Amino acid sequence: MLNIKELLDKVKASPYREIVIHAPHTGVVEFAGLKPGDRVQGLTGDYKEKPGTLLASLTREKNKKSITAPEQGQVENIRTELEGSFVEAGEPLVTIKHYLTRKEVIELVLQEALFLFRAPERAKFYFVPEVDQKLKVSGKRSVKVHEGMEFLIVSRMKRETPLAYSGPDGIIYSVYFGRGDTVDEGEPLIGVCPEDQLTVIQDVVARIQSEWEEE
Amino acid sequence: MDAEKRIQRLKDRLTYIRDIFANKEDNSVRLLAAKLEEILGREEAMPGSVLSEELNRIEELFDFSERKLDTLLSPMDRVRIVRHPQRMCLKDILENVYDNYTEIGGRGEFNIDPAMLIARAYFTRKVGDRIINQMVMVIGQEKGHGEAFRNGGSVKPWGNAKALHYMKVAETENIPVHTFIFTPGAYPVEDWPGAAQQIARNLYEMAALKAPVISVFSEGGSGGAEAIGLADRRLMLSHGYYSVISPEGAAAIEGGLRGGDRASPELIEKCASRLCITAEDNLRNGYIDRVLQEPPLGARPNHYEFFRELRRELIQATNEAVSEVKSMKLYRAMAVRASKSDDAESIFMRWNLSSSALNRLVELRQAKFRNMSRHARFDGAGFLKRGVAVTKGAIWATHSFFRYDVLGRQKKRLDAMFEDLGAEAHLVRHKLLMPLKKTIDKMLPGNNGEPLRKSEEARDKLTRLSCPDDGACLVGSEWVWTSPRSQEDRTISCPNVRTHHCPDLWVPDLFGDFAGVCPSCGHHFPMEYRWYLENTFGYRESREFNRQIESVNPLNYEQFDLKLDKAKKNTGLKSACITFETSIESVDTVVAVLCAPFRGGSVGAAEGEKFICAAERAGRKRQPFIAYVHGTAGIRIQEGVNGVIQMPRCTIAVRRYIDAGGLYLVLYDTNSYAGPVASFLGCSPYQFAVQSSNIGFAGPGVITETTGMTIAPDYHRAYHALSRGHIHGIWDRREVKKNLHQSLLTMGGRNLYYR
Repeated sequence: MLNIKELLDKVKASPYREIVIHAPHTGVVEFAGLKPGDRVQGLTGDYKEKPGTLLASLTREKNKKSITAPEQGQVENIRTELEGSFVEAGEPLVTIKHYLTRKEVIELVLQEALFLFRAPERAKFYFVPEVDQKLKVSGKRSVKVHEGMEFLIVSRMKRETPLAYSGPDGIIYSVYFGRGDTVDEGEPLIGVCPEDQLTVIQDVVARIQSEWEEE
Repeated sequence: MDAEKRIQRLKDRLTYIRDIFANKEDNSVRLLAAKLEEILGREEAMPGSVLSEELNRIEELFDFSERKLDTLLSPMDRVRIVRHPQRMCLKDILENVYDNYTEIGGRGEFNIDPAMLIARAYFTRKVGDRIINQMVMVIGQEKGHGEAFRNGGSVKPWGNAKALHYMKVAETENIPVHTFIFTPGAYPVEDWPGAAQQIARNLYEMAALKAPVISVFSEGGSGGAEAIGLADRRLMLSHGYYSVISPEGAAAIEGGLRGGDRASPELIEKCASRLCITAEDNLRNGYIDRVLQEPPLGARPNHYEFFRELRRELIQATNEAVSEVKSMKLYRAMAVRASKSDDAESIFMRWNLSSSALNRLVELRQAKFRNMSRHARFDGAGFLKRGVAVTKGAIWATHSFFRYDVLGRQKKRLDAMFEDLGAEAHLVRHKLLMPLKKTIDKMLPGNNGEPLRKSEEARDKLTRLSCPDDGACLVGSEWVWTSPRSQEDRTISCPNVRTHHCPDLWVPDLFGDFAGVCPSCGHHFPMEYRWYLENTFGYRESREFNRQIESVNPLNYEQFDLKLDKAKKNTGLKSACITFETSIESVDTVVAVLCAPFRGGSVGAAEGEKFICAAERAGRKRQPFIAYVHGTAGIRIQEGVNGVIQMPRCTIAVRRYIDAGGLYLVLYDTNSYAGPVASFLGCSPYQFAVQSSNIGFAGPGVITETTGMTIAPDYHRAYHALSRGHIHGIWDRREVKKNLHQSLLTMGGRNLYYR
């Protein structure tokens, strides 16, 4: 069984993710003059079209390529001793400390704690009438699901087929789709958690929501 | 209260003057402000009669100052005048100029495009004792005194489509069209029908619209103005402007500004005067026919005298356009010509025309535009050469006429007859001989030794190792010309590396054998136009013509001579357009190329003229006409209206060519934007793009600036243009020649010589 408390403590102890930027291929490294402690930006723009802060450039066969920061954060370590030297592919170059946002922490916790049942294809999804009734009457945390249970109806191009649950037994913790929404393939439909952990998870999420301080 | 109203009006006039002069300090303005202030201070204490006396005096002072200030107007002040919410707009014209009108297509905001207003209106005319209503279709942009939903007269593509629809209605109903141009430019969205493509469609239809069209220019901003501006008579209001680009846009380009930076007011002011946008400039250049004098500092809704004047001018212009082509006119035509001044109203002329008169009207309109902008280019050919060219043209036309029309038609008829006869004979033979053959086959069953031997040979060919001498291996490059970039020993990475994980490409491979195409994702790197000239169009064996027509600097735009000389030196060309005759897989064609390295492939008077000449040549020789757009940034803004007038001019040439039954095919490459796409390129029924090219009306910067939307980085990609319906196919660079040949065989009208 998963220990939520332990997980949260772990996150709290190091509220960031370390991103190590490796050399994508061989080449001569040239750093962009950042120092440890400098802040860097990730991809920005409405369409993520603007690249992040330039970290270094790598030249191979007279082809200079820039290596940019994938996420926002702080430069933790730069291997300046490699400046101007030829490196192999996979050589770590820069380490960025990316402080987790509230959303990322909740996602992290839920990912560990919940089982996500994902949409097998792009379609509209409905609960079968019994489940639907139960959800409406006594809330979503009241429905238990088990392997092989037909609990959803897949509606696509006016064809409706039942969909069986597969995964660990538990309670529906959250529903990620709305009535009549078209859900893309691979998007989560419901999150399932073991029965005994329900209260713990709710508690943790509430606490993160209110207490997590974003950088 | 009367006095209160008068004071309010004076206040409005003062704010108007201040707005127009953009708070420039001027003694007259200061004096007016002081006087008005003084009266306002004493207003309470004064008895009514004295106040009225005072107001009379200050009103006179206002009139006097306005007249004086009117002489000081700079071009940018005029721009501010036409954009001012107090300026009269189309609704005011409908109210005051026409005797009755019905707006078509919505009320206020509830309209497919509130910026485009359509109305049916009429003039009531008294002829003898009878009252006659003369119907017209009124089409124009409505600025609506600053109503936000009208976008200041920026028409969306569907608004222009509506305008086109009602022009066709006017054509059907045989009534004249009056268009009023009050637009700073078209609204740049790519959604169907597409800003550029709809303007192109409008131009294409107006080029041969069988109805008299009279247009009045107040604010003529580039493409938006052209969408309804191709007219038989073009009037312009004295305080209006007609320009290739807004002064702000020109300043942004001039200053090299990017990403929302604003140009300084001085630079904008300078650009406005350099672009020659005023009514006088345009009259001098011959792009408009008449200037209608407005009251000092521009017409506002209460200038009723002006509206009367406008009404008279409109009737006069329509009469002129109609009388030129009407067969039954006698004395009235003379009277119309003579009555330049006051009695236009007294001459009555029916405005519906017979079909032959309408044809003459269209001919005249096309000829009128053909003769424009002669002064804005330099033709290096001598007198003799030009004479030879004209004679040659006539000879080709006659030759084509005899060969393909007189003789060709007879031959075709004969051929068709023989074909029919042959088919009949074949069928008869088949019917008679087949039973016979079947019986023989049945009687001699072992009669198939020969095919067996053949298949053995084939198997041998298929199974043995290939030998280079048989031509089975590729030796050397298959391209006649490869880019000089392929000489560099280095690699570059494909821009799609993130999504497609393309390996780095070695430049000699990429620009040599691969023709600039990434082998793993198919991304097309930009390629020199020479590559297409040599590998697709066989430039070496082709016959280039009109090489001597040269781009010049007709407006004496500052520093532009230098830039032009540099472009000429760097490219070895005299203009951005290369026109030549060539044969593609032994089909003779005329090709016009717009090449990007020469001033971004922008189109000016020289390019337009060359394009038109090429279209005419293709028409005379009955050859297909291919426009290869290596890249175009739009109309050359430094040429001002000399450039923008090429939009209707070239579109008319294209229309004439297509109507004569030719094949006009457009192939886009790299980046094609703005004016040319919104006219002579976008009107083609067959438009193709080389993969990885961008096609659009306005670039991302301009879209963000004018609409406030940020657009996806791939907004203008050819694939998006294809799914929006703007182009009709995407070709691989390496297969352009094959596809062109295929198109030549499958597309086009009746008049191609090889049909």
